[in-house]
Amino acid sequence: MAQTIVEAIDVQKNFDAVEVLRGVSFALAKGETLVVMGGSGSGKTVLLRLVAGLIRPDAGQIRVFDHAIERLSEEDLLLLRRRMGFVFQGAALFDSLSVYENVAYPLREHTSLGEAEIRERVVRNLSLVGLGSEVLGLLPAELSGGMKKRVGIARALSVEPEVLLFDEPTGGLDPTNAKLVGELIRELRAGVCDTAIVVTHDIELAKAVADRVAVLIAGRFATLGPVAAVLETTDTAVQAFLAGEAR
Amino acid sequence: MRTVVWYGGLGLLTGRVLRSLALPPKYFRLILREIESMGVQSLGVALTAAIFTGMVFTIQSAVNMARFGAETYVGPVAALAILRELGPVLTAILVGGKVASGITAELGSMKVTEQIDALRTLGVNYVKRLVVPRVLASLVVFPLLTVLTDAVGVLGGMVIMSVERGADLYAYWNTTTYWVVPKDFFTGVGKSVFFGAIVTLIGCYNGLSTEGGTEGLGRATTATVVHVTMGVIVSDFFLTKLFLTLFY
Repeated sequence: MAQTIVEAIDVQKNFDAVEVLRGVSFALAKGETLVVMGGSGSGKTVLLRLVAGLIRPDAGQIRVFDHAIERLSEEDLLLLRRRMGFVFQGAALFDSLSVYENVAYPLREHTSLGEAEIRERVVRNLSLVGLGSEVLGLLPAELSGGMKKRVGIARALSVEPEVLLFDEPTGGLDPTNAKLVGELIRELRAGVCDTAIVVTHDIELAKAVADRVAVLIAGRFATLGPVAAVLETTDTAVQAFLAGEAR
Repeated sequence: MRTVVWYGGLGLLTGRVLRSLALPPKYFRLILREIESMGVQSLGVALTAAIFTGMVFTIQSAVNMARFGAETYVGPVAALAILRELGPVLTAILVGGKVASGITAELGSMKVTEQIDALRTLGVNYVKRLVVPRVLASLVVFPLLTVLTDAVGVLGGMVIMSVERGADLYAYWNTTTYWVVPKDFFTGVGKSVFFGAIVTLIGCYNGLSTEGGTEGLGRATTATVVHVTMGVIVSDFFLTKLFLTLFY
C-alpha cells in the first residue's frame, strides 16, 4: 500500500463568524494527484494553506509526512515545508529579484552549493517548466502571467519537493497557457514530483491531471473519487457546480 | 481592542526577534545593506535638522537668558539639551519616520503579494531574513547618526552665537566643556539604541500585519509614522527616568 503523504481528519476552519471549512477529511497517497474543486470562496485555498501549515485549523487534524502539523512550531514547520513545493495563484515571485535569483533563492538558503552548481540547477528547473536561459535576467514585472506561473513552479521545484501544492495554477491564464500548465503538471509527475494537490475551479485541468477529484461545497467535500465517478455523480449540488449553475 | 492586539503583536514579534538573533554568516551582508540604506541615505535629513535645531535652540536660549544675565551659560544649556534630548529624539523621529515607513511599505507590499508566505513555504524564517537584520542595523545606525547630529547641533549653536551674538568661541567652548560631562553624551546615545530598536520593530510589525491590499498598505505606512513618533516620545520619558535613576 502506498505511503500516505497528507491526511486531513475532520478539519474545520473559521474566519471570524464565517465557517469556511466544516469538516474536511481526505488522504493523499504517494504518487497520487488530488484535485480539489469548488467555487470562488469555497475554501479551496484555505485547505491548501492548512496543508502547508501557513494557517492552523480550528479543529480536526492534518498529518503531513506523519507529522500532526497543527502541533508543530513555526520553526519545525519550516523544516517540513522544505519537503513541499507551494505554487501560488499569483506566483508570489520576489519582485525585486530576477528570475535567476528567484529560482536560486531556496538553493542559496538551504544548501552550500557553489555558484556554478546553483546556475546549473536553476537552468535545469527552468527547462523543466519550458523556459530557456533568456529569461534568467528578467524581473517578474517583465514576465507574462503564464511565465510567472512557470517560474513559480521552477522555484517550488528548487526545494526538490516530495509533494507539490498548486493553488489555481491556471487561474487568470488564457486557454492556451492553461493547457500548457496542465500538460506541465502531468509531465512533472513523470520523475520530478509524483504527488500533488491541485486546487482549481478549472474542470478541464482536473480531467487532465487528477487521479481523484474532490468537490468542496459549503465547507465539506460533497464528493471525492476518481474523475469519471465525480463527473457522473448524482449529487445535485456537485452537478450544479460542474454545470456552472451553482450559486 | 485593536490597540491591545497591536501591542500584543508587537510584543510577540519582539520575542521572535530575540529568539532569532543568532544569524547565519550569509545574512551579515543583509545587515550591511540595511546599515547603508538606513544610515547613509538618512544622513542629509538628520544633519540638516540637527544644524538648524542647534542654531534655533541656541539663539532662543541666548536671547532669553540674556534677560536674566545668564548668557554665559548658553553653551552648556544648549549642549545639554542637544546631547541628552534633541539629538537622539529628533534623529529617532525624523530618521525613524523615514526608515520605518519605508520598512512598512516594503514588508507590507511583500505581505499583500504573498511574498512573505512564499518565504515560509520555501522553509525560510522570515523574521530572521527580514526583521532581525533591520533591527541589528538600527542598533548601529541610530547611535552613529545621533553622535553626528549631536556634533553638528552643538557646532551650529557655536557658529550662530559667534555670528549673531559676537560670542568668543574659545570661552563658549570652555564653558560648555566645563559643565557638560561624558555621561550627558552617553545617556543620549544610549537612548538612541532603544529608539532604533523601537522604530524598526514598529516598521516591521506594521508591514507584516498589513491587510487589505494597496489601500491597507497606505493605511499601514501612515500609521507607522504616527506610531514611531508616539513611540519615541513616550519611551523617551521612561528612558529619561531610567537613566536619571541609574546615572545621576
